[in-house]
Amino acid sequence: MERLEVLKTYKIYIGGQFPRTESGRYYKAKNAKGELLANMCLSSRKDFRDAVVAARGAFGGWSGRAAFNRSQILYRIAEMLEGRRAQFADELIKQGSSSADAEKEINLSIDRLIYYAGWCDKFQQVFSAVNPVASSHFNFSVPEPTGVVAIIAPQDSSLIGLVSVIAPVIAGGNTCVVLASEEKPLCSVTFAEVINSSDVPGGVVNILTGKPSELVKYFADHMDVNAVVYCEKNDTDKKLIQEKASLNVKRVLLYDKVNWLNENESQSPYFIMDTQEIKTTWHPIENVAGGKAGY
Amino acid sequence: MAKAAKNNTSKLKFDTINYAPAPESKSSAKIEAQYDLFINGKFEKPSSKKYFDTINPATEEKLSSVADANAADVDKAVKAARTAYDKVWSKMPAKERAKYIYRIARMIQERAREFAVIETLDGGKPIRESRDIDVPLVANHFFYYAGWADKLEYAFPNRSPKSLGVAGQIIPWNFPLLMAAWKIAPALATGNTVVLKPAETTPLTALKLAEIIQESDLPPGVVNIITGAGATGAAIVNHPDINKIAFTGSTEVGKLIQRAVAGTDKKVTLELGGKAANIIFEDAPIDQAVEGIINGIYFNQGHVCCAGSRLFVQESVYKEVMRKLKDRIATLIVGDPMDKNTDVGAINSKQQLETIHKYINIGKKEGLEIFESSCALPKKGFFCRPTLFTNVAQSSRIAQEEIFGPVLAIQTFRTDDEVIEKANNTPFGLSAGVWTDKGSKIFNLTTKLRAGVIWANTYNKFDPTSPFGGYKESGFGREGGLHGLGAYLNV
Repeated sequence: MERLEVLKTYKIYIGGQFPRTESGRYYKAKNAKGELLANMCLSSRKDFRDAVVAARGAFGGWSGRAAFNRSQILYRIAEMLEGRRAQFADELIKQGSSSADAEKEINLSIDRLIYYAGWCDKFQQVFSAVNPVASSHFNFSVPEPTGVVAIIAPQDSSLIGLVSVIAPVIAGGNTCVVLASEEKPLCSVTFAEVINSSDVPGGVVNILTGKPSELVKYFADHMDVNAVVYCEKNDTDKKLIQEKASLNVKRVLLYDKVNWLNENESQSPYFIMDTQEIKTTWHPIENVAGGKAGY
Repeated sequence: MAKAAKNNTSKLKFDTINYAPAPESKSSAKIEAQYDLFINGKFEKPSSKKYFDTINPATEEKLSSVADANAADVDKAVKAARTAYDKVWSKMPAKERAKYIYRIARMIQERAREFAVIETLDGGKPIRESRDIDVPLVANHFFYYAGWADKLEYAFPNRSPKSLGVAGQIIPWNFPLLMAAWKIAPALATGNTVVLKPAETTPLTALKLAEIIQESDLPPGVVNIITGAGATGAAIVNHPDINKIAFTGSTEVGKLIQRAVAGTDKKVTLELGGKAANIIFEDAPIDQAVEGIINGIYFNQGHVCCAGSRLFVQESVYKEVMRKLKDRIATLIVGDPMDKNTDVGAINSKQQLETIHKYINIGKKEGLEIFESSCALPKKGFFCRPTLFTNVAQSSRIAQEEIFGPVLAIQTFRTDDEVIEKANNTPFGLSAGVWTDKGSKIFNLTTKLRAGVIWANTYNKFDPTSPFGGYKESGFGREGGLHGLGAYLNV
């Protein structure tokens, strides 16, 4: 008898664990022919709230790490992704990609992680300033992560969109909760496994599968979320997100015009800066005697 | 001997010392009986045909009446700004744009005394503050941003930033002219045109600025200044041909604005409320820290979004700090803002005085201990004694909500981690203060406090080169410095 294949159970990723949705609900991920690919978790509002708690809990540790350490961890994610290319290719092809497109998407995703790994300990230098104030003070401004970022990942791709929106957010020291592509969800769960084996602390990246039409409003109105990222062209959703965001003055980032396959427009340190705050610090300079810097 | 050295400051007997009045002359302030709207380079009558009074909050006397712009007036101003943007300002070489802004800066310096006097008459802040802080910062802000106009590509690596178009700007009453400068200067330097609305209780210095703008020969329509209350502001926010909204004011109104622009392409920056922690460690230079506490909460009558309104004192020095703080409060001169001796001037409006009294009553009802200066208050005008509350809990409303007045909420702490936790436990995140002589402790605090501006061993310092703005519900976007440019550009 031929060996029976062991199928993978696709679960969600919260706080470094792989639970099923607390709701017990599921939806069917299908290919273009309508064949079943997997039963996906249909995540609930409660799953999202649990994920925000995990992300908030992880924020202090992740943002407090050395930028160099974050850089190494992002590089590690790329390494792990490289090692599991076959699995991603398989999933991409199942979800409708040609093998050439799948290859291209995986390469681009790995390279994008390497790109942002490199920025982790550099963007601060590019975007900081020592400000020449007119009084006797030392004054400087540095970027700091904004906090917990809720991301509705690009819906038209399974992997590259997901990677492109997660990488700049965590490179800058934020933690995030991400809703994967509803139609092409397979890679998101496998990418969660990659993250889980890359020394990314639990809670830094949380990945849910489910329906944006159900969850977008909760992503936008949660009072312990600092920023929302949205990548679709749906005007109703955009307006809804911006309205709900005002409840606690969330930062709203709309990436609806970005082609994630085009390197020139889909990666830059400005994506990192979108979820950064600028902190300015003042301290007096003692100037009691008449000493001058000479020579 | 040792004891004497420890208590080397003795309480000044202020009840026996009287300062002779030192009033600033009002003669330099030329205030017209009535002001129209500054649209397209000219002062025009409002189509609403309505005017409202602006009064001196220190005397309750009417200073002038100003036009109440309605939606049609706003539309006229936006059209003027759009035409100026399309036809003149966006096409002008950047270095010429710079020279106009430099010229405005110089003309403000030339008329600095006049601006300071009118600012104090219209808003109630002490003349010493208008003269030495507000107006110099205003001129410097224009001068600083003027120089950026032809250097923008250096501020954004690998990008060619583009102006946005017409900026609608709504500013508050606590620093009327300074907020106008913070809004107008970067908007012009980055190549945008402006429709600005000052607050209804403090419109005069913005209208005087309109005179300067007229005299500077800035092309008509590049800056339009229109007066009115909330409805005028709403008409600006909702106008379909505005590309950018910049707002400074309360978190409550900021949220309404963020909601109102949802679904549009308007770029928004919000500089909103605060409830800043001012943290005194046992190793701080206590006398300087006490000055920092006073400056933090009683500067500008506490009408400061970044005011150090929550004081955290390490337990071991609590008694000493409280003794010195109360002694210092007793020396504050509260009264006529036009007197050069005055430390604390008039509350900006009757309405704001009522808000402050409401919170003082809430504090009393919550069972907190109140201490206030025993100074006499003028019979007319809106005044409030410098006040503090002790025995305050984290949950007290006066420790949670922005009061925007001279009311300080005091708590104690034991450890660094405890005070970081308490300081960050607020929806706001505009500013914070830290007082300690230990450098490594300063940086532990300044990196962990979630706020946009941190003053270490100082407080309430401002400079055109220094970015200002909040985390969390204190808003987003920065004003000042290189980082203030991004608010007015597509990068």
